[in-house]
Amino acid sequence: MDDLVIARSLFGTTMAFHIIFATLGVGIPLMVLFAELLYQKTKDRDYAVMANRWTKSLAVLLGVAIPSGTIAGVQLSLLWPGFMEVIGRVMSLPFQIEIYAFFVEALFMSIYVYAADRISSWMRILSVTLVAIGASASAILITNVHAFEGTPAGFRIENGEIVDVDPWAAFFNPSFFVTAGHVVVSAFMTGAFVIASIAAYKMLREKHNQRVYQFHRKALMLGLTMGGIFSLLTALNGHESAQLLHEYQPEKLAAAEGLFETQSHAPLAIGGYTDRETQSVKWSIEIPWLLSFLAGNSFDTVIRGLNDFPEEWWPPLFVHTLFNAMVGIGMLLLLFSIIGFIWNKIMKRNTFPRPLMWGFIAAGPLSMLAIEFGWIFACTGRQPWVIYRMMKTADAVTQTGNLAMLFILFTIVYVILGISVVLVLRYYFHRHPVMNELDKHSNDNSSNFAQ
Amino acid sequence: MTNELIAITLLWGFIFIYAVMATMDFGAGFWSMVYMNREKTKATNIANRYLSPTWEVTNVFIVAIVVALFSFFPGATFLLGTVLLIPGSIILLLLAIRSAFLVFAHIAKEYKKALTYISGISGIIIPALLISVLPITHGGFIETVDGVARLRMDKLFTSPHEYAFIGFAISSTLFLSSLLLADYSNAANELEAYQIYRRDALILGPISLLMALFIMLTMQNEAAWLYKRMMNYFPWIIGSIAMFFVAGIALFLPSTKHTTVRGRPRLAVVAIVVQYFFASYAYGKAHLPYMIYPDVTIQSGFTHPNTFRALFISYIVGFVILFPGFIYFWRLFMKDKRYLQQNDPS
Ligand code: HDD
Ligand code: HEM
Ligand code: HEM
Repeated sequence: MDDLVIARSLFGTTMAFHIIFATLGVGIPLMVLFAELLYQKTKDRDYAVMANRWTKSLAVLLGVAIPSGTIAGVQLSLLWPGFMEVIGRVMSLPFQIEIYAFFVEALFMSIYVYAADRISSWMRILSVTLVAIGASASAILITNVHAFEGTPAGFRIENGEIVDVDPWAAFFNPSFFVTAGHVVVSAFMTGAFVIASIAAYKMLREKHNQRVYQFHRKALMLGLTMGGIFSLLTALNGHESAQLLHEYQPEKLAAAEGLFETQSHAPLAIGGYTDRETQSVKWSIEIPWLLSFLAGNSFDTVIRGLNDFPEEWWPPLFVHTLFNAMVGIGMLLLLFSIIGFIWNKIMKRNTFPRPLMWGFIAAGPLSMLAIEFGWIFACTGRQPWVIYRMMKTADAVTQTGNLAMLFILFTIVYVILGISVVLVLRYYFHRHPVMNELDKHSNDNSSNFAQ
Repeated sequence: MTNELIAITLLWGFIFIYAVMATMDFGAGFWSMVYMNREKTKATNIANRYLSPTWEVTNVFIVAIVVALFSFFPGATFLLGTVLLIPGSIILLLLAIRSAFLVFAHIAKEYKKALTYISGISGIIIPALLISVLPITHGGFIETVDGVARLRMDKLFTSPHEYAFIGFAISSTLFLSSLLLADYSNAANELEAYQIYRRDALILGPISLLMALFIMLTMQNEAAWLYKRMMNYFPWIIGSIAMFFVAGIALFLPSTKHTTVRGRPRLAVVAIVVQYFFASYAYGKAHLPYMIYPDVTIQSGFTHPNTFRALFISYIVGFVILFPGFIYFWRLFMKDKRYLQQNDPS
């Protein structure tokens, strides 16, 4: 393998690892906040217990999110010095502002965890709100750099020199709001569904202990409600993201849809895989005219196909599969939420049928998968560019060799951290079953947090 | 002041704050490991009580330094990023292990020992590697072949100058952290822990001063340009050494708080921070305008002026927003008696 391929694999692996913890770091604080608010509203101590337990797991997850994010941030400069030189001159604002968001999150996370028993309940709610704001803001800001890579703005390159720099124009590049919005709502959705998954799983296992069962039921309902709302927002916003691709990165949309010939009334190909030889999507279901409609709100929107672009600009064709998988998962989870809502609120049933419960259990892992697919689609689909039509990935990569060894070392460390984080969480929650806390809280509410 | 000077001052400020916070952070991790088996004293508890809420905040500073570096000096980033790939990656790997296992050790009590050893030991290696960036910027270790810059690791790791820096990093990490923890235990009325950390500080202080002298000695040979320039700031160096003795005396003064022990650790901590400030001022000032000698100066690597202006505004706004948060944090964890004196942290 040449060094470019290894650098891409190494960076992609780092990001794929970081994003698991980062997404939960964005999603779970919002769930903790809602649990805190529900506790204040209903005075039902179960919600305080939820907030406490979710915070514990959040603290563990951040123990991996933060170092892996630090790796991501430094690795950008180490692996892609050419790219970061441009970013430094043009697009450093989001990185800089992100530092403030990290500070807000780190300061108030420590306050929320280690000073909870010494501050008033409204100060606690303010702290966890600031944690949620800090985490979401850091996600929004870093995603802005990614948005800039797809729709660069605020500079020109003339004879290899960067000129006409306008850092705010770069900051408010055309896809900033839609892309950042998509990342945040999908992270909220994932956080909620992960909570729902665990609750549903526990409900199946603890059928006979009414107290514990009811506790998890409340968590499930909270997770499903939030997950439902945010999966709707994710889908609506994802539609807008696709329209942006149509406008700004047409060859990426063409690759996502496996469309080779430019046409109006273009069909939407669902499933299957793109075949380069026959220039078609094999084994797919085609819905006539739909792609044109989705991309431009009218059936005669002209969609440009891959053949309009030189072949060396084509993204890898497998992104069609990634894109379909992300959208498919989004639609499926939206469907689960709607069925759950109808079952519970309209048909007024108190328990969910077993198959549906298994669906809920799958929801968390599935949405995490959608996050991975979405990112790999977005980054790989940008190839061969690191900054669209401005800089090739090959021109940004480090010239230092010996990357293979580093790739192996980083992968080993991610595996170790991944395994140990699971073991630590399992260990902790085995040692501290929820029953103990429910008991403790029925006779004493003074120290929710000091464990 | 020119834009370049403002930028390098800000960057230097971050590095200084991080250097102080990180030595405390890594040192506290190390001490919590060393005193783990002494059940009777609270030395480990004190270290953990300091460490638990602060490590995240400290970590943000390292990210802040990297961001400030590539946003203010993108030209330097290209060279630094290229030559630091290997050492930088090793630091990152150690940092990941260290932070994660630090958190794990607090949660999985049964495996606390093993986990604390891993985080304590990896934590003490990190400052030794981090500081290696300094001798690299002194010149002589970067070689350019066919337009590609490369770090001569063989040269670096056979250089006495590098080992002087490594020795200095480790001894000051342990020195500063033991001094701070002495102060922290004094504030928490943990006299036994105070005695232990005071003793450690008294042993390690002179060692780190020796290491600093060793740096100057080796610098004479290996980075003569820098040595000559530093001598222009000789009064600062004298001031720095004077502050060291102030701190030493402070540790022997009668305590204002307790009758059974000696020392005014708060005064000593302040004096030592001033000592490091003076010394790094002289070092930094002499280093200018070079970022990496002789290839990159602060002018040659500087960012676009428009970007600088926007960044500068963001710094001011960010500072105004964050300042109250830092004050509140300080009050809750450094001053609040209820936190300092509790029995079991976490
Ligand atoms: C739970 C996660 C999740 C779910 C269910 C969806 N997405 Fe998504 N999607 C992401 C998580 C995500 C992401 C991980 O957040 C991405 C990767 C990069 C980005 O900006 O957001 C993304 C990117 C992304 C892009 C690419 C943007 C670009 O390349 O610049 C498009 C066009 C869509 N999404 C569209 C959709 C549609 C139409 C969905 C229908 C339901 C959908 N996404 C569901
Ligand atoms: C967090 C989730 C992310 C994942 C899973 C992810 C995944 C990937 C993958 C797989 C690659 C390699 C692409 C290829 O060569 O085929 C890549 C490249 C890259 N990504 Fe992302 N990425 C993520 C987020 C981001 C963000 C937020 C940014 C913006 C700061 C970003 C910037 C880059 C850059 C600069 C490259 C290298 C150059 C390139 O290959 O274009 N990534 N990423
Ligand atoms: C190339 C892309 C990325 C880089 C360079 C990056 C950088 C970082 C860094 C440096 C940290 C540690 C912060 C600290 O020290 O406290 C971090 C943590 C985090 N990142 Fe990432 N990140 C990237 C992608 C993402 C994405 C795409 C998201 C959101 C979906 C995200 C969300 C978070 C969150 C929530 C945390 C954890 C806690 C915190 O904010 O301190 N990151 N990231």
